[in-house]
Amino acid sequence: MKIIALPIVAAMALSTPVLADTVRLGTEGAYAPFNFVNDNGEIDGFERELGDKLCEMASLECTWVKNDWDSIIPNLVSGNYDVIIAGMSITDERDEVIDFTQDYYPPDPSHYMALSDAGDDVVEGVVAAQTSTIQSSYVAESSATLVEFATQDETIAAVKNGEADAVLADRGFLQPFVDESNGEFAFVGPTVSLGGGVGLGLRESDTELRDKLDAAITAMKEDGSLNKLIAKWFDGLEAGY
Amino acid sequence: MELCADPSVLAGWQWLACYLTTPKHQLFYLSFITVFALLAVTAPLILAMGFAGALARRSRFAPLRWAGVLYTSIVRGVPDIIFFLFVPIALDQMVELLRHRVKCPEVTEPVYRGSEFVVCASAKMPLQNAAEWVHQGWGFILAIVAFALVFGAFAANTLYGALDAVPRSQLETARAFGFTERQTFRKVQLPQMWTYALPGLSNLWMILVKATPLLFLLGIEDIVYWARELGGSKNSYYDYPHPDWRLWYFLALLVFYLFLTLISGKVFDALERRVNKPLHRGHTALSAEPGQ
Repeated sequence: MKIIALPIVAAMALSTPVLADTVRLGTEGAYAPFNFVNDNGEIDGFERELGDKLCEMASLECTWVKNDWDSIIPNLVSGNYDVIIAGMSITDERDEVIDFTQDYYPPDPSHYMALSDAGDDVVEGVVAAQTSTIQSSYVAESSATLVEFATQDETIAAVKNGEADAVLADRGFLQPFVDESNGEFAFVGPTVSLGGGVGLGLRESDTELRDKLDAAITAMKEDGSLNKLIAKWFDGLEAGY
Repeated sequence: MELCADPSVLAGWQWLACYLTTPKHQLFYLSFITVFALLAVTAPLILAMGFAGALARRSRFAPLRWAGVLYTSIVRGVPDIIFFLFVPIALDQMVELLRHRVKCPEVTEPVYRGSEFVVCASAKMPLQNAAEWVHQGWGFILAIVAFALVFGAFAANTLYGALDAVPRSQLETARAFGFTERQTFRKVQLPQMWTYALPGLSNLWMILVKATPLLFLLGIEDIVYWARELGGSKNSYYDYPHPDWRLWYFLALLVFYLFLTLISGKVFDALERRVNKPLHRGHTALSAEPGQ
């Protein structure tokens, strides 16, 4: 094996650098500040910056692809893109279908957000959540009534117009809505710990790519740059990696 | 646009002017072209599929006739939305599977591995390192095929009925005058068929126009995608924060579609008036009506 491989490696080293295959990063683009489409029409946010950095560290050529949240896992396994980088929490259910890297955003309790005069018992009422999220499966199993929406933005609109009593979502996503609502929205009820942090999702057969990205995440944790990046995008949040 | 350099200090109409001209809004405006492009490309394709289907059903060669009947009845009997979800995925995987078989026969691992569909890098369609517009273009082509397949079946039915509606006596007269079968079809049946086909086709066109938002379902960034994306409430992570404005964006789409169908209706009315005019003198032996 080695005898055959050596000349090939030598040839590769001598020839002009082979164009690395492009790695396609799939994201939702509707989940600020994790990922969103900014006013220039480009993908922006914590994960945009993180993804570009990880690709640079792993010497990968990367491009960005937008995909609806609903079909983000099916389109990964059917090969439309290679990596999911979309604020996706690591769960056992998802781990059966795809592989995850280590987390690059720590487990963060989900919060309920409601109109500020709503009171704590709304968490037992009609609760909005985005389809196929850890929050939607949690609400489905709780005693509350679940209403699901294709995008996170619609869950907020539902609370605003009274269609839902509260929304359950990641704190990182909800915080700016509470902060900027001039007192209209507030966190209510208990917080719920769900998921094992946010990781990159990959096809189970793509172990090589996963190891490369995993190593890059480790490096970013060790040199403290990941903590800084999280603090920058999440209003000073201490990730503590 | 120097004016728009710092949106946070703008107010009133200046803010609005800058807001409506952001690069993101330009993508929204460009996506209207996507809709027109879809219509421009699919309409002739649908007509071609329709003719192929109608002629197949009229064929004297039984297997071809069965194929025609099978095509029209299957497509018409299955909800459109299922076809729109099925065709692009099936076609995409079929193409990649074929390319995989041809380009990398040495790969022994199965393509379907559990839930995964894995073909070798050179079989990818489009290739992994192709530009983003190539990927989007390929998605658009898949969508066009889905539209042509679904609407072609309806067109086939309309055209089949229209060809049948041309009075038999006229065809027999043409044959009696010594026209060959081909000539009868091209000179008598086809020109007259339009009178019967146009109302059905105009109806189909309206349905096609109204079905264009299905592009959104296929993951293509069309006007519905951008309207929803731009209309959603925007917090301070965006340069132009605003509350939920989806109502206004969808209202704009509503007006757009209303105008599009209104204009289409007028065009079809004119077309119908034209084909319903008695044929040119010289040809009128077959359709002359007294007093016209």
